Amino acid sequence: MMEIKDILKPENLVYGKSKVLTDTIMHYCPGCTHGVIHKILAELIEEMGIQEKAVGVAPVGCAVFAYNYIDVDWQEAAHGRAPALATGIVRLNPDKFVFTYQGDGDLASIGAGEIIHACNRGENILVIFINNGIYGMTGGQMAPTTLENMVTSTTPFGRDVEMNGYPLKMTDLVAQLPGTSYVTRQSAQTPAAVRKCKRALKKGIQNVLDKKGTSFIEVVSTCNSGWKMTPVQANKWMEDHMFPYYPLGDMKDCEKEKPVEKN
Amino acid sequence: MAKIKGAVVVDNEVCKGCGLCVEACPEEVLALNREMNSRGYHYSYMENPDACIGCSNCGVVCPDACITVYRVKI
Ligand code: SF4
Ligand code: SF4
Repeated sequence: MMEIKDILKPENLVYGKSKVLTDTIMHYCPGCTHGVIHKILAELIEEMGIQEKAVGVAPVGCAVFAYNYIDVDWQEAAHGRAPALATGIVRLNPDKFVFTYQGDGDLASIGAGEIIHACNRGENILVIFINNGIYGMTGGQMAPTTLENMVTSTTPFGRDVEMNGYPLKMTDLVAQLPGTSYVTRQSAQTPAAVRKCKRALKKGIQNVLDKKGTSFIEVVSTCNSGWKMTPVQANKWMEDHMFPYYPLGDMKDCEKEKPVEKN
Repeated sequence: MAKIKGAVVVDNEVCKGCGLCVEACPEEVLALNREMNSRGYHYSYMENPDACIGCSNCGVVCPDACITVYRVKI
């Protein structure tokens, strides 16, 4: 019988933490999707050898400290303004890999104008959009993406669409714009979903390196503490309630269709 | 016949006891420990180490990147 210590040898290593992730313990709640996406993004930056080229723009929201966790250059944007800041960075440094990392409270609400116009201009950036249907950092208030009848701290009886409007499908909107080249909606709640999401992120990064215009990747996510569930329950709730309204899959892929002329 | 055998190491101090790795493991290897780490979390550990096949599913879903996976053919 083989002892565990005989298995734990460097030559048998098959999976471990990426060197692009720092040793700082993430402040996210246990089971938060942000950690998974940070991790696969760091893995890709390492695997694709673009650590020196990468410039991230961090949002306001739970991911505000993303710059403490992924070891690349970062800028911190005012609330919702990450695509505007990324525009400036990439126009001045066209050979950098520039990405924004934004939540739904940041991208779909106060930053709705910035993201629509950056995508419409086809800025050569990757947008990572974490959609958990809630303002997580400030205490679980209703966001534009909150589902109909979903209970939040500001909609204790559920979101009333007569009063609050309908959940906003940002990804569907930006897919209509000629500036975007790759638009997809992914998730990260199972090993298969994480691996698929990583492939989508890789394609988005490659598109930016190939200067194909804006790539936009939504990740339907959980906020288990804001939703008041365990991490495992939150993943199940997301599959049952978020996926029917925010179906997964590619919405646009310009490698398949005709390429979009930049600007 | 070649057999695959795996083992994982959980960084106990980084683990937040979220349980996603326990859920993702196809071989029911992992469980949350009754003991807590210094931050008060019931960290994940190999309760049933002989069953591990080194598939990395646990590592892939871990939000805190605290699982390292090893695999050998025997
Ligand atoms: S490597 Fe696979 S079998 Fe082993 S503990 Fe992780 S998920 Fe379970
Ligand atoms: S997924 Fe990671 S943080 Fe969560 S219990 Fe497992 S090892 Fe700990």
